[in-house]
Amino acid sequence: MCLAVPGRVLEIGERDGTRMATVDFGGVQKEVCLEYLPDLRVGEYAIVHVGFALQRLDEESARKTLGLFAELGMLQEEFGDPWEQAARFGDEEGPFGEDDGEGRPAEAAATRKEVGQ
Amino acid sequence: MKYIEEFQDPALARRLLDDIRATVTRPWALMEVCGGQTHTIIRHGIDQLLPDEVELIHGPGCPVCVTPLEVIDKALEIASRPGVIFCSFGDMLRVPGTGRDLFQVRGEGGDVRVVYSPLDALKTARQNPDREVVFFGIGFETTAPPNAMAVYQARKLGITNFSLLVSHVRVPPAIEAIMRSPSCRVQGFLAAGHVCSVMGTAEYPELADRHRVPIVVTGFEPLDILEGVRRAVRQLERGEHTVENAYPRAVRPEGNPAALAMLADVFEVTDRAWRGIGTIPDSGWRLSERFREYDAEHRFRVTGITTREPAACRSGEVLQGLIKPHECEAFGTLCTPRSPLGATMVSSEGACAAYYLYRRLDLGPGPARPATTPDRPTVPTAPLEASPVA
Repeated sequence: MCLAVPGRVLEIGERDGTRMATVDFGGVQKEVCLEYLPDLRVGEYAIVHVGFALQRLDEESARKTLGLFAELGMLQEEFGDPWEQAARFGDEEGPFGEDDGEGRPAEAAATRKEVGQ
Repeated sequence: MKYIEEFQDPALARRLLDDIRATVTRPWALMEVCGGQTHTIIRHGIDQLLPDEVELIHGPGCPVCVTPLEVIDKALEIASRPGVIFCSFGDMLRVPGTGRDLFQVRGEGGDVRVVYSPLDALKTARQNPDREVVFFGIGFETTAPPNAMAVYQARKLGITNFSLLVSHVRVPPAIEAIMRSPSCRVQGFLAAGHVCSVMGTAEYPELADRHRVPIVVTGFEPLDILEGVRRAVRQLERGEHTVENAYPRAVRPEGNPAALAMLADVFEVTDRAWRGIGTIPDSGWRLSERFREYDAEHRFRVTGITTREPAACRSGEVLQGLIKPHECEAFGTLCTPRSPLGATMVSSEGACAAYYLYRRLDLGPGPARPATTPDRPTVPTAPLEASPVA
């Protein structure tokens, strides 16, 4: 929830007197309120938080950030099934486990060890 | 520095690090305010890449972490009531109140629903006119305007079965409280970029000046963090203390005027308790008098619920940068992500959770292997004591 994610506006319309848009976040599409960024246009990128466009973003920055978030699994955290995540919450092995199930921390720890940090 | 290759632009990361090394002449302690920044730092080992003179201290910027225990208990009470649909962001489901969480309330038959946006909660209210729909309105300045809009829309559309359990917090008073603490070690701040996307930077120059502390508005990517550190260190070495915007692609000095106008209309500033820290003056928002009828605390008469936090938890000290997560005796033993005792282990964005999940084995001998049973260990109930505040 803390995360604000860049997305690209696909289409814009009015719903119940509110300016709304369909926004694409690297493959996931969501309805987003444009009341706080009313002059956003189709094709533009914005930082979106809990269903609201909050600030315009240039395409290159948006693409880079989206790529990074996808790579880190943060898009899954933001748009995945919350009940599944809540059920799983804390199931990750900690500092003394073999793996967290996704491998990232293990790799990071191994790399740090390798470089003697 | 092999693992610098995981950065999007390793050459730039190297240049930034070289510049920091060339600039720094003595120890400096910087606080990254936002939990998202903390996770980038730990995940990429940025704190280890930096020269020894630069210490990063984790700040209080995780909304899930700082939501007070008593507000969680109020949420649990309301969500348990018949006829209520309790809507929340997904990451509040596992935040423990006294003895249980929203996930368990749902298991016990409560109608707890997860929404992506507060407008989804409003839609639920429209679709269920015979039920009371309550939305759990937590979060910092980035989340408050969306929640304000939900209330504003409820009034506009004449929806009366909708209310908000509000626990919004504001960053600048937290910075003030941290700087006023007698044990404060923070000499510079990396301010939370997305908070500033909404609020702009107007609140910071006075803070920077009064406490003679550089404040650099910083984004969330690894290079953003390095650039924030570089600028803060440069200021400190020169004896400067100004506000710099190192995240101009998402932050304009004026913030988002439409969002600020809505905030001013729907909310008013109030004292707010922070989980693990205590009450900080003027550090939160509540619904303004004009919108008080949408306040779930009053609608469900839960204003009397008060709770105290377990004394074994030192998250308040972690949130204020006074200790590192592993310095808490409960870290990894009594307190794990599966069975969090306190604020900073509660959310996946919390500093303790970050240390736990990213295996900071470099931090010396650790506690015993974390519990793997699905049962939540008993939270110590005594002695309890309220945390003092700055």
